[in-house]
Amino acid sequence: MDFEFIRAYMPLYAEAAGMTLRISFLGILLSAAIGLLCSLVKIFKIPVLKSIANGYIEVSRNTPLLIQLFFLYFGLPKIGLVLSSESCAVTGLAFLGGSYMAEAFRTGIEQVPVIQSESGLSLGLTKGQVFRHIILPQAITTSVPVFCANIIFLIKETSVFSAVALADLMFVAKDLIGIYYKTDEALLMLVVAYLIILLPISLLCSWIERRVRYAEFGN
Amino acid sequence: MQNLGIRILFEGNNFLRLLGGLLVSLKIAVLSMALSVGLGILLGMVMTSKKRPIRIFTRLYLETVRIMPQLVLLFLVYFGAAKHLNVNFSGQMAAVIVFTFWGTAEMGDLVRSALESIPVHQYQSGFALGMTELQVYRHIVIPQTIRRLLPSVMNLLTRMIKTTSLVVLIGVIEVVKVGKQIIDSSRYTVPDAALWVYGVIFILYFVICYPFSRAAALLDKKLKD
Repeated sequence: MDFEFIRAYMPLYAEAAGMTLRISFLGILLSAAIGLLCSLVKIFKIPVLKSIANGYIEVSRNTPLLIQLFFLYFGLPKIGLVLSSESCAVTGLAFLGGSYMAEAFRTGIEQVPVIQSESGLSLGLTKGQVFRHIILPQAITTSVPVFCANIIFLIKETSVFSAVALADLMFVAKDLIGIYYKTDEALLMLVVAYLIILLPISLLCSWIERRVRYAEFGN
Repeated sequence: MQNLGIRILFEGNNFLRLLGGLLVSLKIAVLSMALSVGLGILLGMVMTSKKRPIRIFTRLYLETVRIMPQLVLLFLVYFGAAKHLNVNFSGQMAAVIVFTFWGTAEMGDLVRSALESIPVHQYQSGFALGMTELQVYRHIVIPQTIRRLLPSVMNLLTRMIKTTSLVVLIGVIEVVKVGKQIIDSSRYTVPDAALWVYGVIFILYFVICYPFSRAAALLDKKLKD
């Protein structure tokens, strides 16, 4: 193990980790927005939009991110739509994540029994109040753990972005292996970098999950 | 049709080659899945053990696999093993090892939660009726476990198929690689081949995964009613 090498290339990894985090953050933010939109459309059963949302969710859930990326990055420029690798990565992650987030929000709201909102309405609460005080708190207990799992899933998925020439962690590791044959050092730093990013998030997620479980109704 | 890039697929045996590439991906997915199901059932049974060291160890295994991106694991096995164990895995072999390693953990957790979701009174009732332990498992526990497992196993299979698309990054000649070859060989004759080839691969993956996830959703719904 060549620690001199590790020290020398640490900044490169830090920079790449920054890239991974930035893309993840933007992608997850967009996914959450898309997911919220889709789940609302599905819950309120808005005619045409509902079918579009359903179609989108099925397509996005049943195709690999890598193929989606290749289509965006290599395919679309042929019809004049050129995306940089960064915007390509964010778009791809949002396209993939949107459907997972939509399902997370929807299952949360749908698992609240109808009797809950009926009881609320019969007590004279307005629809808004029922949603705010009865449905939302219960929906969050199911949605938040899934939401957290999705965040981890999406950050892990960012590892394929090196395939569209985004200078992320995988890209740097592959480069170092290719240039210097320092396989051990490059792989070690890669694993450690992902651990540093994902471990705290994973621990935070299980903590949040335990917290929201308190609010669970009836069990 | 003259200027439409999709004709690239009908030139020569391009489409067949693409399907051949897909078969390689599917072979990896199915093989890893079969191994994962077998090993995962064993792991799941071990995970229900009451012994603390066993619980901690299996938990650690599961969390490690969950936290590392599959691509990182692929790199570790593909590049790491060649250097240290002095074995040169082919890309396919490395892929099967990694996906089995990952799939076993996921499958084990599914089996564990399915086993733990069977209420204790099911066992007790069985024993009270004078059944042996083997009979209780054979006639009561296993049939119920399988019913609960089926949807999630199907979902895992679609995830496995989707994840196999990564193997192109460690140099396995599969559907994406074949697609690239087709695109490159017709760079001048069909400049917009990339759009069509990747579009078709996209659709192929969807066509394979959709029936499984649909079936999983239906089974899940049937189970809940």
